[in-house]
Parts: sequence; C-alpha cells; structure tokens
Amino acid sequence: MRYVMFVCDNESVGVSEDDADPASWVREMDGCGVRLQGARLRPGSDATTVRVRDGEVLLSDGPFAETKEQIGGFDLIECDNLDEAIEVASRHPSARFGWVEVRPLWED
Amino acid sequence: MGGLTAEVEAAVAEAFRQEWGRVVATLIRVTGDWDLAEECAQEAFALALERWPRDGLPRRPGAWLTTAARNRAVDRLRRRSTEAAKLREVATMAADDDTFGSGDDSGVPDDRLRLIFTCCHPALPLEARVALTLRTLTGMTTAEIARAFLVTEATMAKRLVRAKSKISNARIPYRVPPAHLLPERTGSVLAVLYLLFNEGYSASAGADLARWDLCAEAIRLARLLTRLMPAEPEAYGLLALMLLHHARRATRVDAAGDLVTLERQDRTRWDRGEIDEGVAVLETALRHDRPGPYRLQAAVAACHATAADAADTDWAQIAELYGQLVQVVPSPVVKLNQAVAVAMADGPAAGLELVEDLHAAGELNGYHLLPATRADLLRRLNRRAEAAAAYREALDLARTEAEQRYLAGRLAEITTGGES
Repeated sequence: MRYVMFVCDNESVGVSEDDADPASWVREMDGCGVRLQGARLRPGSDATTVRVRDGEVLLSDGPFAETKEQIGGFDLIECDNLDEAIEVASRHPSARFGWVEVRPLWED
Repeated sequence: MGGLTAEVEAAVAEAFRQEWGRVVATLIRVTGDWDLAEECAQEAFALALERWPRDGLPRRPGAWLTTAARNRAVDRLRRRSTEAAKLREVATMAADDDTFGSGDDSGVPDDRLRLIFTCCHPALPLEARVALTLRTLTGMTTAEIARAFLVTEATMAKRLVRAKSKISNARIPYRVPPAHLLPERTGSVLAVLYLLFNEGYSASAGADLARWDLCAEAIRLARLLTRLMPAEPEAYGLLALMLLHHARRATRVDAAGDLVTLERQDRTRWDRGEIDEGVAVLETALRHDRPGPYRLQAAVAACHATAADAADTDWAQIAELYGQLVQVVPSPVVKLNQAVAVAMADGPAAGLELVEDLHAAGELNGYHLLPATRADLLRRLNRRAEAAAAYREALDLARTEAEQRYLAGRLAEITTGGES
C-alpha cells in the first residue's frame, strides 16, 4: 500500500540544521525500498496559488492556506499497513519538531 | 410448544451474548470486510432462531453460528465476481475450525483479541474506538450505542462508517500488535474500556438505563481481556477497579438524584459479591511486578470498599497509593486526589498545601473539583469566608445539576452556620 507523507516543519521552533537533516532517514528508507520518491519544497513565499473562476485564471502569491506551518516536503512510501507507515513517519526528523501527515493513496 | 420456543429463544439470546464478538471477529479475519462480517453474523443468528427449534440446539453453538455466517459470506461473495481470491479463502476455511466455538482456552489465538486491538487503534478517533468496540464485540446495535452516548442514530452510524472506512482505506492491520508496540497499544485498549465504564458510571440515577448498560458491557469486555491476555496485570487491575466502583453504584446518588459522598453512602447496600471478586482479582494482579495505574486505582478503591465504615478507612495507605500513582501518572487530577487523601491522613492543612500548589500551577483552571476541594478543606480549617468564596467558584464551574445541588447545599450550610 502506498502512502504519502506530508512533512511539516514548525518554523517557530529553532532547530539546528543537523538535527533537522533528513538525509540519513532518506538513505535508510531508499535503501530498504520503502521510499519510492520524495522531494523538499521551497518555502511558501515562492509558491503561487492558481484558481479558475468563470473561465478566468486567478493567481495569488503564496500558499493556499495562510498558516505558519507549511508543507516542507513529501515522500511517497510503500508499506504493508498503517502501523508500518506510522513507524517510518515517526523516524523522520521533522516528526520531532513539526509533524508528518500520513495519507493513503486512492488505489484499487 | 410455547415453552420450547421460549427455551430456544433464550438459548439464541445467550449465544448472542457469548458468541457475537467471536463470530464477527472470525468473519472479519477471513473476509477482511467488516460490514459483510456483521451482516453475515446477523443472518446466522436469524437462521438459528429458525433452525434450532426444529433441529434442536447444536452441541457447539459458536461453531454452528460461525459456520452459518461463513456460508452466508461465501454466498454473497459468489455473487460479486471480482472477489474470487477472497472467496477461495473463505471457502477453504475449515467448517469445523477449532479456533472458535469449542469454549475452551486452548492457546489458539482468539480472533476477538485482534478485533479489540483493531477497534482501539490510536489512529482512530477516541469516540469511534469506543463505538466500534461496542458494535463489533458486544453486538449492541447502532441505535443502542447512540442512545447510550446521547447522540442521534444517524450521527452514530456515520461515526461507525467512517471508522470502518479508515480501517480499510488506510489499512489498519487486523492483528494483535507485535511485541514492541504491545505495551502502548494495550494502554489504548484499557483506556477505551475504562472510558466506556466511566460513561456509564457518570450517568446519574436510574433514568438512564441505556448508560448503565455500558458499565456492564465494560466489565464484560474487561473480563474477556483478562482471559485473552492472562499475562497482562493491568487488565486485571482494570477489571478490579471496575468491579469495586460498580459495587457501590446503588448508593452513589440518592432518590432525588443527588450525589452522595463516599463517607455518607450506606455501606450495607454495597454489593459484597462484587467487592469480594474485585479484591480477589486485584490480588492476582498485585502478584506481578511494579503496579501500573489501574492496579493502583483499584487498590485505592479496595481500601474504600473493604472499610467497615468511613472512619475505618485506611487513609494513610490511600495517600501512599496516590503517591505511587502520581509517579506513574503525573496528572493534575491525580495530584488533586492525592491532596484529598493526604488531608484525610495528615489533616486538612497538609492537604490544602498540595491543593494550593495545584491552584498556583493553574493546570486545573476551570475544573470545578479544584475549588470544591479547596472549599472543603478551608471549611474544615474553619476559614469560612474563604471556603464560601471557593464553593461559589466551584458552583459556577459545575456542569451537572446533581453536582450543583451538592455544592449549593454545602454553601448554604456554611453561610447559615454562623458566618459573620
């Protein structure tokens, strides 16, 4: 079963680069075949939100939700069940400072 | 003829109580489909009502019912052509499978334990865990559960549907958790059963019978858990705790529905049988190592339940137990209970000191029992004006009418008792 992990960093908590670095988590999960792909996202200030209303393309600067916590990256993982996915997510460094949302993919 | 029918109906009703959870648990394991499992279990019981009067009671009702439910599942799956793999699995499940119905604990893993752990999975919202546990393990209907939790049947149905969808869509595993997850997940199961018990126990007076049933179901499930997890001392602790509280249920509120404090309860109306059982279960649990929160709370309840009268209560022992409980569960509510016990053991001044610490920490802001306890201790120290102010504060915060009446009564006592 595939799950997406939305990784959120809490920017109000000062965390050293080393502590927050997911590199070793990525290496490990890539190594055991759990992590299928993933990427880090540039900050919300670089985002553009797109909507189409009455045929008109409306753009706004920034992410669609104006909150302090933004998705900082995502990982697509393959696990047998939710318990496994929870364990994988709980070992991501951002789980200690921010949080990780685990969501199953819609698949048949 | 009428007698025979009544006898069979009673046998089916008894089988329902004993076997519902087992039949559903097994069907979920083999079909992986919670709704199908419930529907087929229901049909199996309906079939029993039809067949048993004609054919006589089966030797092993549980096995009969599981086989009947399984056959229904095969029929239904056959009609859905896409589920061939599932069908094969169900069809090959041995008709006289010995993992159910034999009524003994032969060391074969019981599917009900998987079911309990899955229903109580922490990825489900707490209220759904409680509802799902009741629906699948005890066979209470959605309408009955809704009534007990004071919500509409539609709301409760939606809650159950969502929980079952999440189990399936997010793939919450149907299993007893592996060793490294077991302590934490067992804690979640115990918490759900205790919440279930408290929901029933907090219902005042006899008007709310649907809620009182929750206590009985919680005790039944805790008893089942001790059988399914005989090496888990906290399961015994929880069962003992429930029994010791339940034993006092008749005296907890008076005829008018007002709360009666422990010291004023009529001890002759406490259920001796339940107290004896609770104490015996607790003794089994205490033989194990370091006691956990349920055993400690049960030990406190046992001190109360076995005291001949209020004056005979071993408050020093209770204060000691709360001291241990604070180490295991450092919650402000536990600390408040500790303060009450210390006040009884060492005098109101010693208790008040602890209460003032809690007051200063501000963690229990808005919880009526903090000012109520403060008021009580101040009253006993004869600091009437301060006590009255604290009773008023508590009165503003109390949520149930019975509690409000109790506090108003205390306030009246103190203000008419010669306050300047």
